[in-house]
Amino acid sequence: MAVHEHAYKPYAGPLTPVWSRFLIIPRHAYRDVFASKVFTGFFALCFVCPLVMAILIYLHHNLTAMAIFQINLQNLAPINGVFFQFFVGFQTGLAFLLTVLMGPPLISRDLANNALPLYLCRPFSRAEYVIGKMSVLLILISAITWVPGELLFLFQSYLEGAGWAARNLWMAGAIFVGSWTWILLLALLSVTISAWVKWRLAASAALFGLFIISNAIGFTVNGVLQTRWGGLFNLTIIMKTIEDSLFRGPNSAGLPSWMVLPTPAAWIMLALFLALCLFLLTRKVRAYEVVR
Amino acid sequence: MENGVNNIADPLASVAVLPDGPDGPDEPAKLAEPVIHLDGLSVQFGKRPILKELRGELRGRAIGLLGPNGAGKTTLIHTLLGFHPPSSGTAHIFGRDIRNGAKQIRTQIGYMPERDSFIANMSCVHFVRLMAELSGLPSEAALERAHEALFYVGLGEARYRQLGTYSLGMKQLAKLAQAIVHGPRLIFLDEPTNGLDPPARQRMIELVRQIRDSGKAHILLSSHLLRDVEECCEEILIIKDGRIAVYCNLEEERRANRKFLELETRGDREAFVEAIGTLGCEYALTSERRLKLILQDDVDIRNLYQLAGEHKVQIRRLNFKRDSLEDIFLKAMEDGNGGVGHAASLPDRGKQ
Repeated sequence: MAVHEHAYKPYAGPLTPVWSRFLIIPRHAYRDVFASKVFTGFFALCFVCPLVMAILIYLHHNLTAMAIFQINLQNLAPINGVFFQFFVGFQTGLAFLLTVLMGPPLISRDLANNALPLYLCRPFSRAEYVIGKMSVLLILISAITWVPGELLFLFQSYLEGAGWAARNLWMAGAIFVGSWTWILLLALLSVTISAWVKWRLAASAALFGLFIISNAIGFTVNGVLQTRWGGLFNLTIIMKTIEDSLFRGPNSAGLPSWMVLPTPAAWIMLALFLALCLFLLTRKVRAYEVVR
Repeated sequence: MENGVNNIADPLASVAVLPDGPDGPDEPAKLAEPVIHLDGLSVQFGKRPILKELRGELRGRAIGLLGPNGAGKTTLIHTLLGFHPPSSGTAHIFGRDIRNGAKQIRTQIGYMPERDSFIANMSCVHFVRLMAELSGLPSEAALERAHEALFYVGLGEARYRQLGTYSLGMKQLAKLAQAIVHGPRLIFLDEPTNGLDPPARQRMIELVRQIRDSGKAHILLSSHLLRDVEECCEEILIIKDGRIAVYCNLEEERRANRKFLELETRGDREAFVEAIGTLGCEYALTSERRLKLILQDDVDIRNLYQLAGEHKVQIRRLNFKRDSLEDIFLKAMEDGNGGVGHAASLPDRGKQ
């Protein structure tokens, strides 16, 4: 089918590995996304916090610098679980904004343009399509959460010594797991909303609204019934509970002790929520909707 | 099978195995393996049956899928692509079962959907490249093939334009380009000429014929436009109410009808028709002045004129009559029993 031949010719060359094909979707998506200067600028800003944290870690181990600035960082910002929990919390906040910017059109555009049959008539399954779409977010959010988080941990370990790293290895695990719970929640939530809400603004609003409304419902149930279990409907509380348990930290949401959720309950609720998202996705991500 | 038309008296009856396609007898392996083998394929949406026990084998280079709106043409294509699971039975494409080999099957299939289907905010070459990559082509090869496919369908000069700015005809061509970019062995074209003006339609038909004649890919063309199918396809499958109403090999049909004549005469024709009978030709008197006959291989039209002269009969008109696709289609639609009972038949046969 060479341009000058004008004849139909089958393709006889090599094929890419099947497992890697879902990555085609993020590769093409980033080309469009990073064409926007606003988005590129915002994405660059997401690395300011890791940079500041890296400087703090460096200053912790530079007595001359601390003497110059006349500050005692050991007391002001100790490098411990809370330090890394703050990092993960801050970065996942940015990840949420990133998701609001990028997430809503991911699937809705394809649905609006009837593009799903074009994907699914190829050796490309529905699962690969969803994973591909989620990867657009998974890769970018990873780049601003657990990847710099682990690099900070390694930096601290390098400066502090192997003993510190061995004693605090759980922090590395907490950074990884804590980030990934947020990443999965945001990515799945975002593509699910994108699959069900075609209008971009409405989808962005729905993403915000889900956290706000679940917050309101959770606190209302707690207040009215004087129970802690309302927190099961509150996504923020669920995630904070999981984060606190991972980072062995205090009650970071600042809840009264009687309102604090048991950690297993938070994990189960998160799993149920993710399963619900997957169920809704399987209902919507089809080549054609069947009218029964 | 009668004169190339398979009368399907039983819904479970198999579609006839065809003789050689344009590949000719030098491709015996292809004869052994049908392109599509329908094996009691049924599809239900909820409790509503859409396709009912479809059985048959299709081997042609270009297969036309005909039927009225809602007959199940598109559902059949979607089921073959794995979009809908069969409720019972199955189908095989190039020998692979659609129930458990859908992904492998789709590596060999190109699909041009009926409705507008695009990915937003993309240039056409970017779109076709993405589709090629999803079919498994490496990035560089995909880009090269995207350019080639777009030049092939005639969008070479417009390939860097955004798809949203394309006219309907250009969008159809872009859909065709994405369907062929990975060089599939079987191409499903669902109403490819929908909404096209005559020149654009002609261009689309020409492309389909070129692909067919290349011998490199089989085509399943679904349409409700008989002319499109007649111009492109050598086999047709007419679906009505979810069943196969008619299977017909148009090539055979054309060959068989080549010697089918309709005469209009003046004068005393009794002796004339008897003489025709003695030549071994089947004939039928359709009206006072008209008769139809099937010319035997050893009988020439000149013989008819000689006979007419001998019997003082004037031949005022002589037509080669063939059963058009429209005839076949209309007859299939006239069957009130879901196309089960009588498939399209040829014009009245002569009686001796």
